[in-house]
Amino acid sequence: MNGEPLLRFVDVSKVYPLPAGDVVALDHVSLTVEHGEFIAVMGPSGSGKSTLLNMMGCLDVPTRGKIYLSGQEISGMSDDDLTRLRRDHIGFIFQQFNLIPLLSAVENVEFPLVLKTGRTESRQRAVEVLRMMHLDDALFSHKPGELSGGEQQRVAIARALVNDPDLLLCDEPTGNLDTKTGMAIMEILATENREGKTIVMVTHDPGVAAYARRTIRIVDGRVA
Amino acid sequence: MFFSFAMRNLRRHWVRSGLSIIGIVIGVVAIASMGVMGNSINLLAANIITDVGDTVVVTPHTAIGGTFAGDPRTAVDAAIPAREVEEIQRAANPHRAISVLQGADEVEFGRGESGYAGIIGLAPDDIPLLLDLAEGQHLRQNQAGALVGIHLAREYGINPGSRIAIGGEDVRVAGVLAERGIGFDINPDYAIVVSDGWYESHFGTKDSYPLIIVRVGDVDEIDTVKEAIESRINRREEVVDVSDSREMLGQYEEIYDQITLFLLGIGGIALVIAAVNILNVMYISVTERIREIGVMRSIGALRREILLMFLYEAAILGLIGSILGGLLSTAFGYLISVAAIEVATAGTTFGEDFTVFDQSAVGFIIFGMVFGIATSIAAGFYPAWKASHLVPVDAMRQK
Ligand SMILES: Nc1ncnc2c1ncn2[C@@H]1O[C@H](COP(=O)(O)OP(=O)(O)OP(=O)(O)O)[C@@H](O)[C@H]1O
Ligand SMILES: [Mg+2]
Repeated sequence: MNGEPLLRFVDVSKVYPLPAGDVVALDHVSLTVEHGEFIAVMGPSGSGKSTLLNMMGCLDVPTRGKIYLSGQEISGMSDDDLTRLRRDHIGFIFQQFNLIPLLSAVENVEFPLVLKTGRTESRQRAVEVLRMMHLDDALFSHKPGELSGGEQQRVAIARALVNDPDLLLCDEPTGNLDTKTGMAIMEILATENREGKTIVMVTHDPGVAAYARRTIRIVDGRVA
Repeated sequence: MFFSFAMRNLRRHWVRSGLSIIGIVIGVVAIASMGVMGNSINLLAANIITDVGDTVVVTPHTAIGGTFAGDPRTAVDAAIPAREVEEIQRAANPHRAISVLQGADEVEFGRGESGYAGIIGLAPDDIPLLLDLAEGQHLRQNQAGALVGIHLAREYGINPGSRIAIGGEDVRVAGVLAERGIGFDINPDYAIVVSDGWYESHFGTKDSYPLIIVRVGDVDEIDTVKEAIESRINRREEVVDVSDSREMLGQYEEIYDQITLFLLGIGGIALVIAAVNILNVMYISVTERIREIGVMRSIGALRREILLMFLYEAAILGLIGSILGGLLSTAFGYLISVAAIEVATAGTTFGEDFTVFDQSAVGFIIFGMVFGIATSIAAGFYPAWKASHLVPVDAMRQK
């Protein structure tokens, strides 16, 4: 790694033009994320937390401003490069899990690994990560539609971890879990962070935010 | 992996996959069987129309109209005087100019059955030059015999050795003529051929002929012969019309080509409909999975991998549809052709050992299949390309 921060936002705005008037989801946000940080993003509903996280993961393009990933401006990168970056270096846990309905739990976890290696025999690693998430072996072959919210959550986390990413972006990773499972997941994330992963996590729960070492507060699209 | 993914998606939406396969099948069947049918009609036409590529036909000059025997404008009772016939013979030299006598009379076929039939008078020497025998023997010089056209013979159960009466005059049947089909000179299938001597003794000497046929051995010499006749006979005034079978054959071929074109047009329309159907199916299939595509993109699927997945789907649909379509159109095309040939050749012997499938029929089926697969892939390309170019977040937000 060079001396650059992992992520740097310079005056980033995101405006959704709507017939009823423009919605400013992010309003001139500037921030940096250093390697190895564990950040909690907090703020009221609709304040722009998910939008911020999507920008960090190169899933969305800013209306204004620049985003640097390890010093490189992402608007100058090709789509293929950004996609490989997401595949190999960024793990995503979405607010709505976003599992692929066609695939079983274990196949969902396997998917990013298969994309990365091009090989189909990635079952072992997928199973390993799913067990880490305390998912019952009997559920491995279930489709997402046949799993509870909490079970889907754990599959989604396993999928985010399977390629051993440098940056983990989590949108409410414990939102659907009971306190005990939630805490178990947080322990896993904390361990991953200690082992070198940078984590940015959106949460409403102060108890969960306590695992993070820094908190960014967002109000009305602005860093408060 | 993307291939098995595509397979699973198709199976998940098996009703829709089935429907789109049916759409492709219909398109492929339409174009292939239309092609096969058109081809069969052409083959049949080539079979029915007597191959008289080396014949020059000389007829009395008519005020208007064509020259071949079936043209109603030409069906006037006119004849070429013997004097001119000799001139034609000289002009045609060394090729043989065959003078034809044509009339009609009531014929009794035995067992009380009778009816009018065309009577053709030819010099016995000339008959083998123009006509083939199905059974029996050709006429000999100065022999009072008759050769009967095959349809007449079949209708009335006439064989060599049978006795018939032409205009009350008893004649022995020497042979039955082989089927000749639609000719541009004479059409003996429904007629009776007798020697010119017998004809003149029966109908009286007219010393003129309604039709002169010149057999030119070499197609390349046709124009030379035509010119020779024209310049000799039509020097001062138009006495005769000279035409050759190539022109007339060309007219027929044009008609059949148009039929084939028309059939292919229908097939083409069906295929366009099928293509729109495939496009529709692929479009729906992509649209309802945009969210899924967004997810795949955000966890690391490249644009071309998304594209590949959908193209596999389209190709699988196209392949299954085209194979089924190919099999069906082989069956359909065969059945339709057989039926069409049965109708077209009813009462003739041509349909009997006629095969409908030749190389170009197979070609049409392969063409239909290739077109089906290509159309499917092309139809799948646009929606898939569009989906793969969405911003992942926008794709995921779709519902
Ligand atoms: N595609 C879109 N089109 C229009 N407006 C949008 C779109 N996506 C988000 N917004 C708006 O942008 C604002 C921020 O949305 P965002 O999803 O980032 O909020 P959030 O902080 O994640 O909220 P929550 O805690 O409920 O998840 C909201 O006002 C939302 O209505
Ligand atoms: Mg959110």
